[in-house]
Amino acid sequence: MSNKSDSSPNLISANQIKPASLELEAVRKKLAEAKGPKYWRTLEELSDQKAFGELLEREFPRQASEWVDPVSRRGFLKLAGASMALAGLAGCTRQPLEQILPYVRQPEQLVPGKPIFYATAMPFHGHALPLLVETHEFRPTKIEGNPLHAASMGATDLFAQASILNLYDPDRSTTLTHMGELRPWGEFAMALNSEVRARKALQGAGLRFLTGAVSSPAFGWQMKTVQQSFPQSKWHRWDPVNRDNMRAGSKLAFGGYYDPIYKFENAAVVVSLDADFLSGAWFPGFVRYARDFMRGRKLENGDQMNRLYVAESSPSTTGAKADHRLVLRPSEVENIARGLAAKLGVAVTAGHLSGDQQKWIDALAADLMEHKGKCLVVPGEFQSPAVHALTHAINGALGNIGQTVSYIDPVEVDPVEHGQSIRELIADMNAGKVETLIIIGGNPAYNTPVDLEFVKALDKVKLRIQFSSYKNETTDHMHWHVPETHYLEAWSDARSYDGTATIIQPMIMPLYDGKSAHEALSAFTDQLGTSSHELVQTYWKSQHPTVDFETWWRTAVHDGFVKDSASPARQVTPKIAALPALPAADPGAIEVSFRPDPTIYDGAFINNAWLQETPKPLSRNTWDNVAMISPAMAKAWGLYLLNDENDHQSDAQRILEVEFQGRKVEVPYWPQPGHPDNAITLFLGYGQEKTGRVGAGTGYDAYKVRPSTAQYIGAGAIITVTNRFWDIAVTQGHFSMEEREPVKVANLEEFIKNKNFAHEHPDEEPKDGGDRQESLYPNFKTKENFYQKYAWGMSIDLNSCVGCQACAVACQAENNISVVGKEQVQRGREMQWIRIDSYYEGDPANPSVYFQPVPCMQCENAPCEPVCPVGATVHSTEGLNDMVYNRCVGTRYCSNNCPYKVRRFNFFLFADYDTPSLKLGRNPDVTVRSRGVMEKCTYCIQRITAARIASEKEDRDVRDGEIKTACQQVCPTEAIVFGDINNPDSRVRKIKDGPRRYDLLAELNTRPRTTYVAAVRNPNPKLASGTERA
Amino acid sequence: MAQIFHRSANTLARASILGVVLLLSAVGAALMEFQRSPYVTAQHIAPEQPVPFSHQHHAAGLGLDCRYCHTSVEDSSFAGIPPTKTCMNCHAQIWTNAPMLAPVRYSFSSGQSLQWTRVHDLPDFVYFNHSIHVNKGVGCYSCHGQVDAMPLMYEENTLQMEWCLNCHREPEKFLRPKEKVFDMRYQQPSIAHAVEVDGKSYTSQFELGKALRQKYHLRTSQDITSCSTCHR
Repeated sequence: MSNKSDSSPNLISANQIKPASLELEAVRKKLAEAKGPKYWRTLEELSDQKAFGELLEREFPRQASEWVDPVSRRGFLKLAGASMALAGLAGCTRQPLEQILPYVRQPEQLVPGKPIFYATAMPFHGHALPLLVETHEFRPTKIEGNPLHAASMGATDLFAQASILNLYDPDRSTTLTHMGELRPWGEFAMALNSEVRARKALQGAGLRFLTGAVSSPAFGWQMKTVQQSFPQSKWHRWDPVNRDNMRAGSKLAFGGYYDPIYKFENAAVVVSLDADFLSGAWFPGFVRYARDFMRGRKLENGDQMNRLYVAESSPSTTGAKADHRLVLRPSEVENIARGLAAKLGVAVTAGHLSGDQQKWIDALAADLMEHKGKCLVVPGEFQSPAVHALTHAINGALGNIGQTVSYIDPVEVDPVEHGQSIRELIADMNAGKVETLIIIGGNPAYNTPVDLEFVKALDKVKLRIQFSSYKNETTDHMHWHVPETHYLEAWSDARSYDGTATIIQPMIMPLYDGKSAHEALSAFTDQLGTSSHELVQTYWKSQHPTVDFETWWRTAVHDGFVKDSASPARQVTPKIAALPALPAADPGAIEVSFRPDPTIYDGAFINNAWLQETPKPLSRNTWDNVAMISPAMAKAWGLYLLNDENDHQSDAQRILEVEFQGRKVEVPYWPQPGHPDNAITLFLGYGQEKTGRVGAGTGYDAYKVRPSTAQYIGAGAIITVTNRFWDIAVTQGHFSMEEREPVKVANLEEFIKNKNFAHEHPDEEPKDGGDRQESLYPNFKTKENFYQKYAWGMSIDLNSCVGCQACAVACQAENNISVVGKEQVQRGREMQWIRIDSYYEGDPANPSVYFQPVPCMQCENAPCEPVCPVGATVHSTEGLNDMVYNRCVGTRYCSNNCPYKVRRFNFFLFADYDTPSLKLGRNPDVTVRSRGVMEKCTYCIQRITAARIASEKEDRDVRDGEIKTACQQVCPTEAIVFGDINNPDSRVRKIKDGPRRYDLLAELNTRPRTTYVAAVRNPNPKLASGTERA
Repeated sequence: MAQIFHRSANTLARASILGVVLLLSAVGAALMEFQRSPYVTAQHIAPEQPVPFSHQHHAAGLGLDCRYCHTSVEDSSFAGIPPTKTCMNCHAQIWTNAPMLAPVRYSFSSGQSLQWTRVHDLPDFVYFNHSIHVNKGVGCYSCHGQVDAMPLMYEENTLQMEWCLNCHREPEKFLRPKEKVFDMRYQQPSIAHAVEVDGKSYTSQFELGKALRQKYHLRTSQDITSCSTCHR
């Protein structure tokens, strides 16, 4: 970053940098010589570097367990002496007096101490995810998916999980300001009202609204009313991560806007052309799609499994799950689409295709032809309109329309192409045609295309009003700033990806007197002061004039959706008449991809500490964004220079200066296995200058080089390697498993031949568990009353896991897990209880990738238990390794003895005991841990206990599926199954009895209760390319 | 050279060795005792409350059931402290001008909660659930004592872990028929006073406890002394 000086803590001087060698050729040779598959996590590991050897010998990575803070010996002795003296006294403290404040009038439905769940939805850039929100005494504490709703089926994504932290964020905008000074609401209302009258006299000339994509029918109706009384006003839209390409592609193929709806459950062959449908929220419908797609890979009934081909330009989790992955530069995807379309009989021609590409297309086309009507081609949101149009045509030619894909009217209200819309607004502002600008949400001063110079144009607008839940870069240029409500604070409505409408009901009164978007618009319909509730209700009443509205409303709000409101499929036929010519690609030019950040999206979540500390699914860095390039490019540019020999790449990365269309940004590079050569991926959302305490000073700002002409893809970047370094925090090398083959994989053919391939290890435990007990550990199986009634167990399906990280954030929310900050992450002190390891296999240019979530294994022969001197971790009768925080004295022997490295230690007081707003969001059923205490996954013991008590009161057994751990509940692909393994009919027991079950590090005879289901890939036998297993 | 110490000093030395041992044990014992003392546990101490509410008067005198105020005791972990509205159900009619009840009336009119001091206060790392206890035949009395004889509320028991474990290890000693859970005047069976359950008459608590333990499907003592029963 140009504004960072050399003294910035992120930068390390280039002195004493020694070259460390990663010879790709040598690595390839090594891989070729190795017998059987070899899995690796970091490039260092692959090249067998010293640093890695050191890394894996440690209990916590690097200096996690060392005193590295600058404290003198004298100071240390003083502290040690004082703590010795106080240690004895700590046990004798009297409990402070506590108060109970009962209600004055207790709400009728409330049972104190019992959570209530309410249905609502989280609006997300033009679509919505239906939710159930857990509230304790009307404080929302945890977000779940709405199991009754087809778009969620009970699952959620990481943004929904983390959004609750935004509600309680102490850095939210709390005050209404005018030119930066506090003002009461009344004064704003008066100013707004007089402006409304003035604009009305002019028919609304000069009045403009700017919002993101909206799916709220009530908001659309309000806006329509506004436009009737202000006919010359205009509503502009801008989302930095928008669906312009999809819209334009739809117009090309159908002559109008339609949203595609995919039915992955009907597809035996799926082709993704840069479509990241298994990654996250920017692919509308992700939660449902991931479930449908993965249900086709469970191999539970027979040996049938779908096949996924991915051609992609930037490594994504979708590519990681591919059976065949083709690495392309961004501009080449369209050519592949053309080649495939031509092969399937669509009247287009492709440009030059390489031999490998042609072979790939031939095999793919043959496979698709064999599965006409049962296959699906999905275009990427970030690919050109032509790719979208071509896929529509291909799906048409294959007879997939109506089978695996259908088209509905857009879910977004009044859909527009955002790039065009913002361009018009800025042009009008520059021309002096805009006198009043109302911005609802968003942060256009930060994230509009840099070439349009929004801020410059903004200063020409006479009155600027912003409704936003954060004070951000845009606020600086506003006259009025009004705090906007969080979606859990105000009534609204929204539609999910399939068009089903949900009434959004609030969980809590606005914490800071915020106003909702509906209330913002109400001034223009002479309804200022009318509540969101009334506005939303009025709209829905007008839509249902004939029904008993009260009943209808209650049902819709209770269920979380409006019955039968999904949009009907439209009968459309794609036509490819005038496709824009294939842009000429220069193979030597460096292409740039702009992508939303996997965890903070377009920057909206930058102040969310949970998301900041969640490792990005592939690069696994936290608290920053990186720029991905291929390992070969890194080699070519001489970037493998490490800080010192004992260092490893997670520390300091060279800064690259990326120049694109004359603008520059400085970025830390990241060599990402599987990234195309001559291309660089920049992630949006970081580097905000005006944000809260969490987001401040993180990452680089990719918007600085993102022009309107190349929103997602551009060619001709100039890269300069600087001599400076950027300190980044990467978790990929942490908690390593050595070379113990932690993931087990087979091809479908191999699996059919040898169903028990995952059991080949000689030390594998007997399949039935057996009574064999060759161990020094106490044998609880033979102990009286142990494992008698319930024996909890978990199964994690490696085939289904897409590495989306939702489980990690869900666990964090459910279990009050602290965040530790970037510096602590670099020391390996991150606290998330479930980590998702990613393992690579094969050539770094295009490796296979496997994700493996690792929570506590709850071993029956638990190495952690016997070493605890104070009995703080003990075996429960149901087989859990109970962790008793109040007994723990922090010797850390347990984590030292844990072969899975799943224990987390509070090296400092990481939990925030002071901020009042954060206290509201904690789960009251789980202890907030203090300094010096070990913690770990407990299988959500609070949920087990709640269900057990409920069952005992009804004098029955806990039903299978009654207890869902937080990670299981959130998982879109049902990869995690939890239950009672004593119950022969339980789902988890059946999965554990299946052929692919295996234990992690079975040779240690720890008898883990958490077991895995081995992955099976389904490559096309006729196609052998880079991703194939030997 | 003359001896510095007289021979009798040997006895002193021996005695002082013993003395140190005794002293250390005494200090230890004193600390243990202190730790269990009402000073630390607040046992038998009635803290000051905004209104000197008398359980004796309301429960024994007027015969109110526990559940009239503690509404969620059968459903939730938390027994529930009555909202001001519950007080006003009666006190809008009787004792309407009693100065003692001024805080209640103020709370009702202003909408501000009464600020009671918690009498039974477990540490935050302990998760106690009322509902499962009353549903398994543990009487209010077993933990809270003779509440209907308490003019001011105090803690009858230490609420320390060893006290909890007394029952978790041998619940038979305390179980009573479910329908007697809220009965403050219930007496444990004895030769003189038999308790009848399912047509069978019991004269010993141990026999009754064993029978109830089976009848109510209590988990084994190993189960309910697992740490995660109360700590998480």
